[in-house]
Amino acid sequence: MLQLENVLFKYRKKPIINDVSFTIPTGQIIGVIGENGCGKSTLLQLMAGLLRPNKGAIQLEDRKVTRRSADKIAYSPDIDLFYESYTGEQVFRFYSEQFSDFSLEKAHIIAKHLEAQTTVKLGKLSKGNRARIKMAATLGREASLYLLDEPFAGLDPLARESLIKALIRFIDIENQSVVLSTHEVNEVEPILDQVILLRDGRLTAMEEMELIRDERNEDAVEWMKSLYEKQVR
Amino acid sequence: MTQDFSKDKPIYAQLVDRICGDVLKGYLKPGEKLPSVREYAIESGVNVNTVQRVYKELEAMEMTETKRGQGTFITTDEERIGQLREEMMTQVATQFLTMIDSLGFTKEEMIEVLKKGG
Repeated sequence: MLQLENVLFKYRKKPIINDVSFTIPTGQIIGVIGENGCGKSTLLQLMAGLLRPNKGAIQLEDRKVTRRSADKIAYSPDIDLFYESYTGEQVFRFYSEQFSDFSLEKAHIIAKHLEAQTTVKLGKLSKGNRARIKMAATLGREASLYLLDEPFAGLDPLARESLIKALIRFIDIENQSVVLSTHEVNEVEPILDQVILLRDGRLTAMEEMELIRDERNEDAVEWMKSLYEKQVR
Repeated sequence: MTQDFSKDKPIYAQLVDRICGDVLKGYLKPGEKLPSVREYAIESGVNVNTVQRVYKELEAMEMTETKRGQGTFITTDEERIGQLREEMMTQVATQFLTMIDSLGFTKEEMIEVLKKGG
């Protein structure tokens, strides 16, 4: 579905993403993991078409990814992106004006499912409740690819669990894919098909989760550590 | 909360074991309907693809039957369930024997301990 080929991205002459290639197939949930500053957010922004690679190619279903790809790719940044004076309701309305694939009805179903308050101003909500609104707005779109940057960061375990379950429930795994970056590797691992490990902007490995458990008897965190150590030596 | 999984075995295999265990213990009755793939995924907090694999595996083991348009059901073939019980017992016994062998215990010693209830 989405293909990266030898992608290079530099910021002030420094390579942030360095010669990265991989393919995201349809129907999978894929985690991007790695230390802080390894390039996870930049990688997601490149995939969303918000940044342009200096070299290499990014294609979604054989078409070059650009800013206009936003009509097929639902990207959710890791910052609080909405005005504090907006209510969830207003965020949804804004989304329905911005994105033709957005369904107000679906967003409301998801918000209800997450027990998110849609009539309270975001500035008055807890971080967990703002994250619920953000997830409902993002999943309210019918995109072929969802890119979620740190969707669970800084949330309490209950909020994390309900967001994870919403992902399982509201993603149509026959036709859609999800790529999410995360530090909460242990918690997210059971819903991942594959993991991408980044280090210093390079792709260290991309592997199927069940294979990591089956062949190496490791979970994702141990796998990450063992690969990191290998590189140091 | 989402159930915990041990790290050294694929999640699908752990879920297969869990469902088989529930059948043997009688928590799941012959002919009982299993939740839909998505429902089971949500319940256990795993990927839908993983549950699809679990259901495929159970079907291949003839532990379940899929009726078109109706869902997946635990087999009504009690003989098959009996067989699974035997298979599981053999499996546990083999593991046990390997372990006591590696520690140098004799079967006779162990039988005494087992009779005492450990």
